Amino acid sequence: MSLTHELEVLPAAAATRQRVAPRTTLLLVAIGLVCLAAIASVAIGVRTTGWHDIVLGLSGDDSTIGSAAVVKRIPRTVLALLVGGALGLAGAVMQGITRNPLADPGLLGITMGAALAVVTGIAFLGLADPASYLWVAIGGAAVTAVLVYLLGSMGRGGPTPLKLTLAGAATSAACSSLVSAILLPRIDVMNEFRFWEIGGVGGADWHRIGLALPFLAVGLAICLVSARGLNLLALGDDVAAGLGQDVTRTRLVAGAGSVILCGAATAIAGPIAFVGLLVPHLCRQLVGVDHRWLLPTSVLLGAGWLTAADVLGRLIARPAEVDVGIVAALLGAPFFIWLVRRTKVRAL
Amino acid sequence: MSAVLADLVVGRRRRVRRRGAVVAVLAALVVTIFAVSLMVGHTYYPLIDVWHVIVGDVVPGASFTVGELRLPRASLAVLAGFAFGIGGVTFQTMLRNPLASPDIIGISQGASAAGVFAIVVLGYSGPTVSVVAVVAALVTALLIYLLAWKDGVVGTRLVLVGIGIAAMLHSVISWVLLRASQWDLQVAMRWLTGSLNHASWDVVIPLLVAVLAATPVLLSQGRPLALLELGDDTAAALGVPVERTRLVSIVAAVLLIACATAAAGPIAFVAFLAGPIAARLVGPGASLLVPAGLVGALIVLLADQVGQWALGTRYPVGVVTGALGAPYLVYLLARTNKSGGSL
Repeated sequence: MSLTHELEVLPAAAATRQRVAPRTTLLLVAIGLVCLAAIASVAIGVRTTGWHDIVLGLSGDDSTIGSAAVVKRIPRTVLALLVGGALGLAGAVMQGITRNPLADPGLLGITMGAALAVVTGIAFLGLADPASYLWVAIGGAAVTAVLVYLLGSMGRGGPTPLKLTLAGAATSAACSSLVSAILLPRIDVMNEFRFWEIGGVGGADWHRIGLALPFLAVGLAICLVSARGLNLLALGDDVAAGLGQDVTRTRLVAGAGSVILCGAATAIAGPIAFVGLLVPHLCRQLVGVDHRWLLPTSVLLGAGWLTAADVLGRLIARPAEVDVGIVAALLGAPFFIWLVRRTKVRAL
Repeated sequence: MSAVLADLVVGRRRRVRRRGAVVAVLAALVVTIFAVSLMVGHTYYPLIDVWHVIVGDVVPGASFTVGELRLPRASLAVLAGFAFGIGGVTFQTMLRNPLASPDIIGISQGASAAGVFAIVVLGYSGPTVSVVAVVAALVTALLIYLLAWKDGVVGTRLVLVGIGIAAMLHSVISWVLLRASQWDLQVAMRWLTGSLNHASWDVVIPLLVAVLAATPVLLSQGRPLALLELGDDTAAALGVPVERTRLVSIVAAVLLIACATAAAGPIAFVAFLAGPIAARLVGPGASLLVPAGLVGALIVLLADQVGQWALGTRYPVGVVTGALGAPYLVYLLARTNKSGGSL
């Protein structure tokens, strides 16, 4: 039996052929929702703006107060879209690699590890150049990811969801204590980095977004290329290896992609949890388990979700605002609990 | 047969003796460091002056420095550490998982979120805050228990639900603190990682009452609680009233954790680390309650001294326990996973 023939009996592949048309529609709807969230994000804030101002602002004209406000909101919207997309995709890939429904860059402590690395770099190694933050953040994310995976897969049963989540929660708590310990005596110098303990997109600027963009693009490309490999991993290591897949290499490559995404996202927006958990599950309900569909949808819905959360954060506490990291956790945690309740105990 | 029995008796006697020795050494250490922390500081006072202050004599200078500043602070350190240690080990024993301590599964965060809400938003102060924190911690514990309930409660599900609740409450704390009119760092650190900087008798007395009330209750549950580690069915077969033991222990432990949190904030990792450290010191098969409480008190006392004097800046105690506890936590996690999950 040829490999392609073998693949055709996979449920995911079979489902693809049945549902191609609705999936395309769903993808278009998702794109529409992302645009809607983005428009809401430039339109809503302390100052309410009309359609005229939005159109003016988007074309770069800041002659009226309203359109000037819109112009100010554009970088923050772009940042929320980028970070949300990156975290959504990273979460989907991590869930695929670990075959673990509870995997999320925030819950596994990876974003906090990246934040710790950046804060350490600034405080002790004298980093001052935002471009170097990105490298350091990605390095920190990689080290933390390896550490948490090793800790979580020790002992009987390998990396079970419970052990990985606990290892992540504990590592995250440890990193966050160290971040406080480093930030505390330097708080006035590092007031602008306070968002690294909470997660926010309020301080967006084009320069930092531009620096992160190449990293996000590389991460995106690596993750999307790994989609086929992740599909095979979903069948279990033995079957995947039997089908000629190099299991370890797939894991390493896809893992590297998601680590780059988390590291870059954390370097520009601080640690944000639950986006990477919630979005892939939602997408799986919509487009099924085929990663070639799941991953792009996760990017879209992740971007839309975080942007919407940011808008919500501006609405609920007007005229002040709630950082997007807080909104994401408040909305994401109940979903996590629901997911835990739904998962069979044996699987935990 | 009688040889086996004799072995058992000898083994039991050895364990009891080892536990007794460990408790004595820990208690001596706590008293010593307590005394030292009263003596040293910006000004040194000899032990005799400190003693005079404690018994109520007026010593110029020392009466204020020791009596009003150092004594409440050191007492708060001992009491909060003891409460976190004994409350934490109760949860760890009951859920048969060292990672199921109240600061990981959200109970400390519940007390902390309610405390900060009561102070910043409602403008309460004093003992009212403690009451609010206790009620909120009990509600949080109940909520976690109910959310984890699905044809019975399984430890693993409870821990995961707790992690979710903890994350949510943590963002509530950050939210309220950000809403506060000015970002008061001292207050923020107290409620986020724990601090002894505002120790006074008003804070210490309610905690002392809670410790005196709840500790005997927990100690009376020590033996049935230890049997629960064998599993609910085995414990029931051995005559343990499973549900009652669990309920009484939870309420007493939550009371301790909540009062300690209201007084000093959720001092990072103390509830989590005291139990496993005590287990290593005491060895298998002995009750961990008192040793864990003493280890907790020792951790907070030492960490506060380190935070006050050893580093260039004065750190709140929670930052020190967090930073020092982190490597041990990772080590513990590795060891626990390897050995399959017991303390």
